Amino acid sequence: MSSERGYLVDPRVTEKVAFALLWVAMVVVMLPMAGIIGYMLYRGASSLNWELISAADGGLYPAIIGTTFLVLLTALVAAPIGVGAAIYLSEYARPGPLVRLVRLAIINLAGVPSVVYGLFGLAAFVILVGWGRSLLAGACTLALLVLPLVISTAEEALRQIPKGLREGSLALGASKWQTIRRVVLPNALPGIITGLILSIARAAGETAPILFTVAYFRLSDPIPNSIFDPIVAMPYQLFVMATEMPEIPDETKWATAFVLVALVLGLNIVATIVRTTLRRRRW
Amino acid sequence: MMKRRAKRISEWIIERLIQVSGVLGIILVLLIFFFLLRNSLPMFQERSLSDLLLGEKWSPTHGDGHFGMLPLLLGSLYVTVGALIIAIPLALAVAIFVAEIAPRWMREFLKPAIELIAAIPSVVFGFLGLLVIGPWIAEHVEAIRVGQFAALGSVMLAFMALPTIVSICEDALHNVPRDIFNSSLALGATRWQTITRALLPAARSGIIAGCLLGLGRAIGETMTVLMVTGNAQVMPQGLEGFLKPIRTMTATIAAEMGETAVGSTHFHALFTIGLFLFIITFAVNTIADVIVRRSEKDIA
Repeated sequence: MSSERGYLVDPRVTEKVAFALLWVAMVVVMLPMAGIIGYMLYRGASSLNWELISAADGGLYPAIIGTTFLVLLTALVAAPIGVGAAIYLSEYARPGPLVRLVRLAIINLAGVPSVVYGLFGLAAFVILVGWGRSLLAGACTLALLVLPLVISTAEEALRQIPKGLREGSLALGASKWQTIRRVVLPNALPGIITGLILSIARAAGETAPILFTVAYFRLSDPIPNSIFDPIVAMPYQLFVMATEMPEIPDETKWATAFVLVALVLGLNIVATIVRTTLRRRRW
Repeated sequence: MMKRRAKRISEWIIERLIQVSGVLGIILVLLIFFFLLRNSLPMFQERSLSDLLLGEKWSPTHGDGHFGMLPLLLGSLYVTVGALIIAIPLALAVAIFVAEIAPRWMREFLKPAIELIAAIPSVVFGFLGLLVIGPWIAEHVEAIRVGQFAALGSVMLAFMALPTIVSICEDALHNVPRDIFNSSLALGATRWQTITRALLPAARSGIIAGCLLGLGRAIGETMTVLMVTGNAQVMPQGLEGFLKPIRTMTATIAAEMGETAVGSTHFHALFTIGLFLFIITFAVNTIADVIVRRSEKDIA
């Protein structure tokens, strides 16, 4: 209708209406999110008490311990591989078909459904390698899942180090690896750590990959004796309580959801703060 | 001399290790595909591909077992299409809003806020849907008697896929050279005309890629759909199917793998679903990546 000359409606009116609709869309997205998160924080915080957190049976204590062990081991597995890959991509690789293929692979790894990681972990670590349902099998599965995140954040951190710094080190006679280890890595470390915090947050909230690789609900001893023991993880406990245990009081469920969300969001906020303070730094 | 030599050798080893971890991504994708395929193959020996894909009955523990995956494929299709119909217009609106209209202070606040939505674990969304939203709808809406149905999964997935689509679309809009925007304004177009006729077409590939990645995210989502869509492996019928319980591919794996004997037909059938999921998401992500590369070339 709106041919070059005659408009049915004045374009300035159209613009006003369109912008108003965009504001509406914004509210439609943000309001329910804020509402539901606010409600959860309210219900969770009012259900939370020390007894619930510290109780070994029916409380949160085993899940908190389990998730802590799980995410730390995950980071321990993912960090060296992910940072190694990032160093390769930013320092060694020359543009070409191989790098193109590596990047495509990383993008695809990031897109593999988490339940498929669970299947892979079951087939590879639990059955083939023979670790059984264990802390180690779960951590390795989660490590693969967070690997793309570790690689991309570490690579970005490495790329932000100015070229002059590397050239200065090389000009002083340092080898390439010495330059990377003594000059590039220490300067990129805060950015790399930001990525690791985000990975830990992601791993802490994932349920599907640990369903068949690590999680048990009731254990006689919640503290694992070795990395070959199964554990209780927070998201799995929430899942089981929500779907299979109507007899458990709602307060316990809300408290579990609250602690999980607080942990994940808290880690994300820490990572965001670290990142924004670092961005202010100018070379 | 010895020391320097030892150092050179250790350096050589470290650099090889770095190269190996560099290409590990490729190896991992191949390994995942190989493990899924290896554990699915026995299934293809027992049933034909068309029996699996077009069979209308999924009932693995009944008699010999029925392994028709059509209800699950359709379940995933319903939930995903529903989610995208809700998410794409909203995400595009939010992306335009954040990129072009929001005042600076609001943008500084909105971007991290949207990122935080993406960080909320899917089991928590499932929990909220199962305990609060579903029962509330069942109580207040007459047409819905059970608070677990396909459309609820779609709505929740839409919100979960939103941040992915928003951030990629916003980047795409941001990457359009400012000259295009300014020239259009200089020619007398309003800001809205500039956005719809200059900015959006220029950012087209990035927007399509963002939607594809959102699609990938929605198909692969597991815990939320498992908890809120009702867990019923039935064939969804027509539009009414949105208001009835269904079961997606991902939810089937998550719900059944725990009780399955390793090496049984059922076990292999679940890996076959995983293989199909992997192939679908691989295709979607690769196409998205190709489109993004092309758009980067266009702008350069």
